[in-house]
Amino acid sequence: MAKALINLKINDIPITVEEGTTILDAAKKLNIKIPTLCDHPDLSVAGNCRVCVVEVKGARYLQAACATPVAEGMEIYTNSQTVRQSRKHVIELLLSEHNADCTSCSRNSKCELQDLAAEYHIFDRVLLDILDPENLIADISSPAIKKDISKCIHCQRCVRTCEELQYVSALAVIGKGAEQHIGTFFDYPLNEVVCTNCGQCVLHCPTGALTERNYVEEVWDAINDPTKHVVVQTAPAVRVAIGEELGFAYGTRVTGKMVTALKRLGFDSVLDTDFTADLTILEEGTELLTRLKRALVDKDPEVKIPMFTSCSPGWIKFMEHLYPEMLGHLSTCKSPQQMFGAVAKTYYAQKKGINSKDMIVVSVMPCTAKKYEAQRPEMRSSGYQDVDYVLTTRELATMIKQAGIDFMSLPESDYDPLMGESSGAGVIFGATGGVMEAALRTAYEIVTGREVPFKNLEITPVRGFDGIKEATIKIEGTKPEWSFLEGVELKVAVAHELANANKLVRAIKEGKLHYHFIEIMTCPGGCLGGGGQPYPVSWEIRQMRAQGIYSEDENLPLRKSHDNPEVMQLYEEYLGQPNSHKAHELLHTHYFPRKKYLN
Amino acid sequence: MQEQNELIKILVEKHGRTRNALMPILQDIVAEKQFLEPSDIALVAEELDLSAADVYGTATFYTFLDTVPRGKNVIRVCKTISCYMSGKDEIINALEKVLNIKVGDTTVDKQFTLLTANCMGWCHKGPVMLINDDVYHSLTPEAAIEIVQQYKEKSKN
Repeated sequence: MAKALINLKINDIPITVEEGTTILDAAKKLNIKIPTLCDHPDLSVAGNCRVCVVEVKGARYLQAACATPVAEGMEIYTNSQTVRQSRKHVIELLLSEHNADCTSCSRNSKCELQDLAAEYHIFDRVLLDILDPENLIADISSPAIKKDISKCIHCQRCVRTCEELQYVSALAVIGKGAEQHIGTFFDYPLNEVVCTNCGQCVLHCPTGALTERNYVEEVWDAINDPTKHVVVQTAPAVRVAIGEELGFAYGTRVTGKMVTALKRLGFDSVLDTDFTADLTILEEGTELLTRLKRALVDKDPEVKIPMFTSCSPGWIKFMEHLYPEMLGHLSTCKSPQQMFGAVAKTYYAQKKGINSKDMIVVSVMPCTAKKYEAQRPEMRSSGYQDVDYVLTTRELATMIKQAGIDFMSLPESDYDPLMGESSGAGVIFGATGGVMEAALRTAYEIVTGREVPFKNLEITPVRGFDGIKEATIKIEGTKPEWSFLEGVELKVAVAHELANANKLVRAIKEGKLHYHFIEIMTCPGGCLGGGGQPYPVSWEIRQMRAQGIYSEDENLPLRKSHDNPEVMQLYEEYLGQPNSHKAHELLHTHYFPRKKYLN
Repeated sequence: MQEQNELIKILVEKHGRTRNALMPILQDIVAEKQFLEPSDIALVAEELDLSAADVYGTATFYTFLDTVPRGKNVIRVCKTISCYMSGKDEIINALEKVLNIKVGDTTVDKQFTLLTANCMGWCHKGPVMLINDDVYHSLTPEAAIEIVQQYKEKSKN
């Protein structure tokens, strides 16, 4: 049923919108900007910051535009003297309890509160500063996320993010009145509570209250240390987002320029996580086929089907906390980042004649959870910490700016050899459904000797931003050794955002849904919407990044992981076969049950 | 720990597992043991399928749902204006002296906690104090001490 239409006027301009539209969205249609802080397009309405107040003719008080639906005949003024004064006052009140030491804040020049203070000319602090000095000590217990409540404006975007998108609720509103703050369970440090380190709270925070732990200086130190061979790897989703920080439009593919910039920053070799994404597909695809064989042929009651992907470290920690009894369903494959570190400090070091102890592996990731993952004690297969430092896309952009590199005018260059080659299948790891698509491209071909039956290898049912996607692929014409799969309908599912993942896992646990293979990505849209990606974020922006990822795939000469010659070389010269003993040592891991409510 | 698990299990059976059972469950735990420990909140969260931070947030919103250790008897002296004008400071001084603690503290034997509270609606008969669920009004310092002595006697028996 079509919604009723409502006629109203905003600043004397008539407009007709659907019933239920908020004043804020109606104003957007007229290109009238109403400032907001607590509002975010990914989240439910909160209406608590009051910075979006507008005057509605006939109403006794100003109304919050984000939380007020339009009504027939409404006359709204978004820029009256009362509105301007009130807004200014709201910003002054927020600043009165805000640690406005902007020059020492990592959100300096990228802060929504700072922007508003500048726009509204808050030059004089007319109100008493009531910042509690006790709040000045930030929580840096987590290797991924820094929580500094002296910068918090209580907008609760983080609380809604953690609850609505991620079903984690590590953060909640604690206390009331003057004592109210955003905190954790008993205000324990972040590393002691059920937090997945996904960083969506960081991405959704309007100020510097939640930021990533910054490792830029450590990486500069490594680069400047002549005794160290510093290797850098870049995740698939970084190449379609870092341009946004450096002057390009949302979703622009800047792979070649990024590689040049990394070389100019002084990294000794610039390699690609996409290489180990391809490697992951061979390991994970083989693991899946082995599990299916054990289930279908050997009738092994121990084998766990469905198998879940394991590339997303936020998802891993989510399972360890909330579904410890289901850890056996997770693929034992390490994430591409960790496979990279383990291979770099062994195979690559040997090939290059470098002592592993003199090697530093830096990752550039769209992710904050990768910072945590790199420090997990089991991620030391090389005998050293396999990945030394993890930078977010934002941190790398900072380094490029610090180095005075004019990114836009850079020439393009290619990744260095041995671990720099990748297929389109590796690239699409950056979008939700990408790992599934890459795995199917390879597994189907291993089993049948033919390409997946989709036009141009595009497995469209697993693409797009639906929270949970499903597909069924009938396996026909198998090779003799895979005849047990003849006629099998392979059922797969894909979910992104942990709230969707939770729905899927719960249904599987209760026996309501049955699949063979499931891809889960922690963040909305997959890695392209990761907690380490540039600000701001919305579904429109994620869509543009996804387009960038899929056109990168389309334009690569190699589209399937098993066609990657450097991956094949690694198997021939070092690992043997996928899932070999050596491969297990370096590329696979295990998981640990954690407490559900207390860490 | 075993006892605590049983108490919460009984309360969950009594009040149910929906979100609106949360408040009565928390109130009953406090009625039983005066305050909520992290393990209580974690267990309630698990039973009701809520996040532990969320349950902690709810508990900290309500003054009477304490999340720090409290004595067996919790004394709350009204600090609001009518009781202030009728001499709540003298009452507090007397109680601090007889219990040998300051406001906010708990006695070493864990028998008494002394707190202040907002208006209890007894302005016409101030100063007022609440001990557990019982209101004592028209207090003088002597009367307040006498009442506390009675509680001390009771706990000895």
